[in-house]
Amino acid sequence: MKQFITAVLLWLPLSAYAALNVFACEPEWAALAREIGGDAVKVYTATTAMQDPHRIEARPSLIAQTRRAGLVVCTGAELEVGWLPLLLRESGNAAVQPGRSGYFEATRYVTLLDKPAIVDRSQGDVHAAGNPHIQTDPRNLARVGAALTQRLTEIDPAHAAAYQTRWKAFSARWEIAIARWQQQAAPLKGVPVAVQHKSFTYLINWLGLREVATLEPKPGVEPSVGYLAEVAARLKTSPAKMVLRAAYQSPRASEWLAQRAGIPAVALPFTVGGAPGADDLFDLFDVTLADLLKAAK
Amino acid sequence: MYRLTLLMAALAAAFPAYADPDLDALRAELKEMKSSYEARIQSLEKRLQQAETEPANPPASATASPAAVVEPGPQQENASNRFNPDISLILQGRYAELDDIEHRHISGFFPAGHGDAATRGFSVDGTELILSASIDPYFRGQTILALVDEEVEIEEAWVQTTSLGHGVSLKGGRFRSSLGYQNEKHPHAWDFADGSLMYRALFGEGYGNDGLQLKWVAPTDLFMELGAEAGRGANFPGTDRNKNGAGSTVLFGHLGGDVGVSHSWRAGLSYLQTRASDRNSELDDLNDVAAETLFSGGSKTWIADFVWKWAPNGNATEQNFKFATEYFSRKEDGDLLCVDNTAGGGTCTGVTDRYKATQSGFYAQGVYQFMPRWRTGYRYDRLDSGSVDFGLNNASLPVTDYAPTRHSLMLDFSPSEFSRFRLQVSQDKSMQSVSENQWFVQYIHSLGSHGAHSF
Repeated sequence: MKQFITAVLLWLPLSAYAALNVFACEPEWAALAREIGGDAVKVYTATTAMQDPHRIEARPSLIAQTRRAGLVVCTGAELEVGWLPLLLRESGNAAVQPGRSGYFEATRYVTLLDKPAIVDRSQGDVHAAGNPHIQTDPRNLARVGAALTQRLTEIDPAHAAAYQTRWKAFSARWEIAIARWQQQAAPLKGVPVAVQHKSFTYLINWLGLREVATLEPKPGVEPSVGYLAEVAARLKTSPAKMVLRAAYQSPRASEWLAQRAGIPAVALPFTVGGAPGADDLFDLFDVTLADLLKAAK
Repeated sequence: MYRLTLLMAALAAAFPAYADPDLDALRAELKEMKSSYEARIQSLEKRLQQAETEPANPPASATASPAAVVEPGPQQENASNRFNPDISLILQGRYAELDDIEHRHISGFFPAGHGDAATRGFSVDGTELILSASIDPYFRGQTILALVDEEVEIEEAWVQTTSLGHGVSLKGGRFRSSLGYQNEKHPHAWDFADGSLMYRALFGEGYGNDGLQLKWVAPTDLFMELGAEAGRGANFPGTDRNKNGAGSTVLFGHLGGDVGVSHSWRAGLSYLQTRASDRNSELDDLNDVAAETLFSGGSKTWIADFVWKWAPNGNATEQNFKFATEYFSRKEDGDLLCVDNTAGGGTCTGVTDRYKATQSGFYAQGVYQFMPRWRTGYRYDRLDSGSVDFGLNNASLPVTDYAPTRHSLMLDFSPSEFSRFRLQVSQDKSMQSVSENQWFVQYIHSLGSHGAHSF
């Protein structure tokens, strides 16, 4: 026991001077933190692209990682309401509690769309603050990145210059990439699409796609076969070119509808790691655009 | 502009029926609209440019003062409402098909307070009101009220520190002890319509206490949590003893982690030590006459628990599996008085003598979500009456080596995260010489804020 305590005591100060531990709720924020932080940060990603960020278990491993974090980077807008509060509470980590500088919510730095007029559970799994899936528009990532850089410099002033430099370099590359993507996506303007969940509102808004149908009758509510048939009937009058879903979502509904309507069902990566080759933020949009362009042909 | 004029001309040509004054009015209106739209577009473009060139500006102002960070967007509900605590109301009710059994008990075990009563037919079996919020930057608080006819029971009412840091938190008030696995879970979070036999024998439903809890989470990759509780100890197996100091002590430790991306686990070991003074329990004596016993002495309980969860790729939405098991061993040592019941034909003569018992038991359960919204589960309960020695009272009280068991099978359907319907059938052999088939149909609905559920 004594040896154990000595070991812990010896090891505590060491860990305090190591790289800043960043706990990222979703892979896109982990990737962004890595771009800005480089070697100065050690990033832990709480979820993968194959997991539904609305429904994550507050697992012991996540509590342990929250305990060690110097900065928690999450989406906010109630996306993580079912698990993050519990992690923060159970971790006993004062630095990352809401309101502290170690707690960062990405949705605070962008204008949210789909703000519901009525907030009532009869409307399904609505987010009062608006649609939280902001990472599907690269311009939002730039806004969040700027805020995150500032936050990192505040928390870890020793590496402030490095954060600024890395951010400037990333941001320059990112702006060029956005211009390139917008050029590539020109043929997508006005293309009508159906979506499984309101996952791509920001992507659709950015590229000027047209969302003509949602497969879920209400946000977070699985569509029944009857409802899908209704959607299929509606698509006859206002046809869509493709059905979009996020990588973690079950293909059942979108594939059923795609077959009915004779259009492709597309599983977009949705976040970093959501498809082969979508390994960083640049790849994420390269893959997303390639998928969309292929389906729109 | 040229195009617009052309359009006008075309319009004029196409509809010669329109008189000239009408056309003039239309033209004027269009012009007005155009100029007003142009002005609006210009201002919007300007705003967009500002936003794009200075993306860091809004965050800068937001991070400058912590109050701004806490404040949600301006489109939120009004400020007075924002400081209200999170409120959720649990509505729970059931239909139970049970045998008519007068004194429900678990053979070989002292009845542990409430929890043994079983209502037949329809009943509302749990209305809970949960209020929680951050109190200030240093504390958060929660209260859970159980609403029963004509009374409100305070199940939990506590405050907990949020700013001590270093993984340490201190909780004070009335709370469910962190011992074991199922103990902290209230009935609405159970995977079955009723509690396990083990918890029923140990605490009635769960061990609650008025006191303090100190908890520490280690800064390691492996989840490691150690905690200690000191409390009043008024609940079974202890009693209220009208004294200063702590009436019960709990020590607990948990380990947990992931195995790959699809598996996660948690294991724990807990110890409860408390004392009872004239703890009143009713038993049937050797003549099957109700006998009142009073126990004074110490009670020590060990609990080991293990939970394992699986979800393909860690995505529990479609399919997932959960296995949980707990084992306990309880030692009680003290004096037992069997109140004289000879007048009613009983065998007790009012003798006080040493009582010593070592008892144990376990449950193991698996719950499988085989498709979205549908789960099925099986639970096996088994208790061991162990070694019980009533001393001189062995002459009047029954000592049994019966092992109470129960099999439960359930199917539940959750239309959403906030509603659930459950069907359960149990074969209950918790009473010697009784084998009872129990049927439950249950609903559990929660209104209000989205409570996060623990692992």
